[in-house]
Amino acid sequence: MIRVYVSSVIDASADTVWSRIRDFNGMPQWHPGIADSRIENGEASDRVGCIRHFHTRDGGRIRERLLALSDYDYQCVYEILESPMGVENYVATLKLTPVTDGARCFAEWSAEFDCDEGRERSLVETIGDGVFQGGFDALKRHFARR
Amino acid sequence: MLQRVVRSTVIDAPIDRVWAVLRDFNSHDRWHDVVAESRIEGGERSDQVGCVRSFTLNDGSRIREQLLTLSDSEHRSTYCIVDATVPLQRYVATLTLKPVTDGDGTFWHWESTFATPPGRERELAQMVGRDVYEAGFANLRRYLERGADLRDARSGGGAMPTSLPLPSRRALVRRYGGPEVLESDEGEAAAPGAGEVRIRQRAIGVNYFDVYLRKGWIPALLPLPGVLGMEAAGSVVDVGPGVSGLLPGDRVAYVGAQPGAYCSVRTVPATCVVRVPAEIDDDVAAATLLKGITADFVLRDLGRVGAGTRILVHAAAGGVGLLVCSWARRLGATVIGTVSSEEKARVARGYGCDHPIVTRDHRFAEVVQRQFDGVDVVVDGIGEAARDENLAALARRGHWISLGQASGALQAISSDELVAKSITFSRPAVFDFVATHASLAERARRVWDALADGTLRAPPIERHALGAAGEAHARLESRRTVGALVLVA
Repeated sequence: MIRVYVSSVIDASADTVWSRIRDFNGMPQWHPGIADSRIENGEASDRVGCIRHFHTRDGGRIRERLLALSDYDYQCVYEILESPMGVENYVATLKLTPVTDGARCFAEWSAEFDCDEGRERSLVETIGDGVFQGGFDALKRHFARR
Repeated sequence: MLQRVVRSTVIDAPIDRVWAVLRDFNSHDRWHDVVAESRIEGGERSDQVGCVRSFTLNDGSRIREQLLTLSDSEHRSTYCIVDATVPLQRYVATLTLKPVTDGDGTFWHWESTFATPPGRERELAQMVGRDVYEAGFANLRRYLERGADLRDARSGGGAMPTSLPLPSRRALVRRYGGPEVLESDEGEAAAPGAGEVRIRQRAIGVNYFDVYLRKGWIPALLPLPGVLGMEAAGSVVDVGPGVSGLLPGDRVAYVGAQPGAYCSVRTVPATCVVRVPAEIDDDVAAATLLKGITADFVLRDLGRVGAGTRILVHAAAGGVGLLVCSWARRLGATVIGTVSSEEKARVARGYGCDHPIVTRDHRFAEVVQRQFDGVDVVVDGIGEAARDENLAALARRGHWISLGQASGALQAISSDELVAKSITFSRPAVFDFVATHASLAERARRVWDALADGTLRAPPIERHALGAAGEAHARLESRRTVGALVLVA
C-alpha cells in the first residue's frame, strides 16, 4: 500500500475554501488539471455514493465514487473506479482544518493505493505533486488574489 | 455541558523539531511562560505513557496532569488533569502536529473538553484557550526562534550514564548473626552487561529466607561480606546488550536466584525481571511477588487445592500465610490456620481463614483431628517445633509442604513416619518453580491478575527504611508482625 500525503496552508477561512471545493462535480471550476466533469445518472453531487465522470486536461478519463462527505469536518473521501493511472484500491481524502489564529486553514490531501512495483515513485509524483499540490497551488493563487 | 476549546496555528519550523519539544511531557516549564515549575512524579521518564507531571503556574495554581497517549507516528499526545486547584473538571486535551508539506512548517492543533462550575464556563474557556493555548503558541514560537530547544537538548539530553557504575545504598552483612549485623553501607551497581538490567529499586521484599541467610545457615549462598534480599520492585535505569522488551523507565519487579536485593540500585539478569502492571504499587509488588508465587505453586502445583480441600496454614497472618489463605478460600478450600494471638486470628479470618487456631506452643493436631478429621494439606513454615503435630494433624494421604523452618532446622523424617498414613512430604524451593523466564512471567501474571480482580487480597504491608533493615528483621523474628514487610529504598 502506497500513501501520498500533501498539506498546505491557504489564506482563507475553512468555510470559504470549503464552499469552493465541496462540490464533487466542481473540480473543473477550481483545479487546473481537470477539463470537464459530470455526475452519472443525474444524481446530486453531494449524494454519498454518486459517481463523477471526468477528463483530465491531458485526455485521461476517470470515474470516482464519493464515499464520505462531511460539512462538519470539512472532509470528503472518494475512490477511483476507473482510470488510466494503473492504480488499485485507491482511496483519497481531502480535508480542511481551521487555523484559529488568523483567516487561514490547513488543507490536507492524501491517498492510499496499490500499484505495480517500479511505478511507485512516478505515481507518487504524479498524484502528490501534480494533482494534489497542483490543486492547492491553484487555491492559494485564487485566495491570494482577493 | 462540556466545554470544548480548540486552538490551532502554523509554526515556521519543521515538524521533527517542534515534536522533539512537545513530545517531552515535562518540557513546558522551559518554553511556556505561564508554567513556573514542573516535574515528573515518581522519577518516571517524561515520555512514559501514564506518567504524571506536577506543576505550578505563575499565579500559584497547582496542577497534576497524566499523559494518556503518546504517538510518534501521529505526532499526538493526549493528557488529562488528575487534580488541580483550578476548577477544570474532566479535562482531557489532545495536541496534534501535522507537517505542512509545501514549505517546511508545522500545523499545531490543540483542543480539550472539560466541565466547569456553573457560571464560570466562559471565564475558564478563555483561560484555557487564550492564556494556555494561544500564549503557548507564541511562547513556543519564540523558544524555537531563539534556538533554545537546541541548547536544552545539548545540556539535558543523553544524560543516561550507561557505561558507569551507579552508587547504591545497601544493607551489608559482614558477619552472620542477629538483626544487629545488618549495617548501612555505600556500594555500587555495575553498568548492565549482556542480558542484564539495572534497576532503581523503590521497594524491597523481606522474606523469612533472608533471616536464614543472615544467620549463616546457607553460607554458600551468602559469602561474606554479602547483601541479603531475593526480590524488589522499581524502575529500569538502563539495559545491557541483548535485552529486549525492557526500556529505561519501565516499572518492573524481580525474583532473583542470588541474594542482593537490600540496596537502592541493583543490576540483575533480565530473565528474572517482570513488568509490573500500573494498578500494582511498588510496595505491593515487592510484598507479593515471591510470596504470591509461593502461594501459587503451593496451591496449584503441590497441594492441588480445590473445592473441599482441608488445608492447614501455619503463620496464617504472615505474608505468605495471608496470601495462601485468601487464595485457598477462593478455590473453595476449608481453610484452617495457626496464629500466635487473637489479633492475628482476627486478621487471618478477614483473609479467608475460616478456622484460626490461636496457639503459642504449636499445639493444634488434636483440634484439627477432632473438628475436621485431619487435613489434606499442611503449609508449614515452622519446622522442627511443629514436626510431630503436623504428622498428627494430617489426614490419610495428606501432603506436608515444608516451606520454612522458623523454629529450627527440621530433623530427618523416617519413611516409617510417612507410610503410617501414606503421607507425602515436599520441601520446595521457589527458584525451581520460576526457573525459566516464561514460568516466572506466567506465575507473576497469575498473582497480579488475582490481585487486580480481587481473587487475592494483598496482605497488610509494614514498611521500614532500607537503612533500618535490622529493625525490620527484629520485627519479623519477634512474631509480632502481621502481613508482609517491605524495605523502602
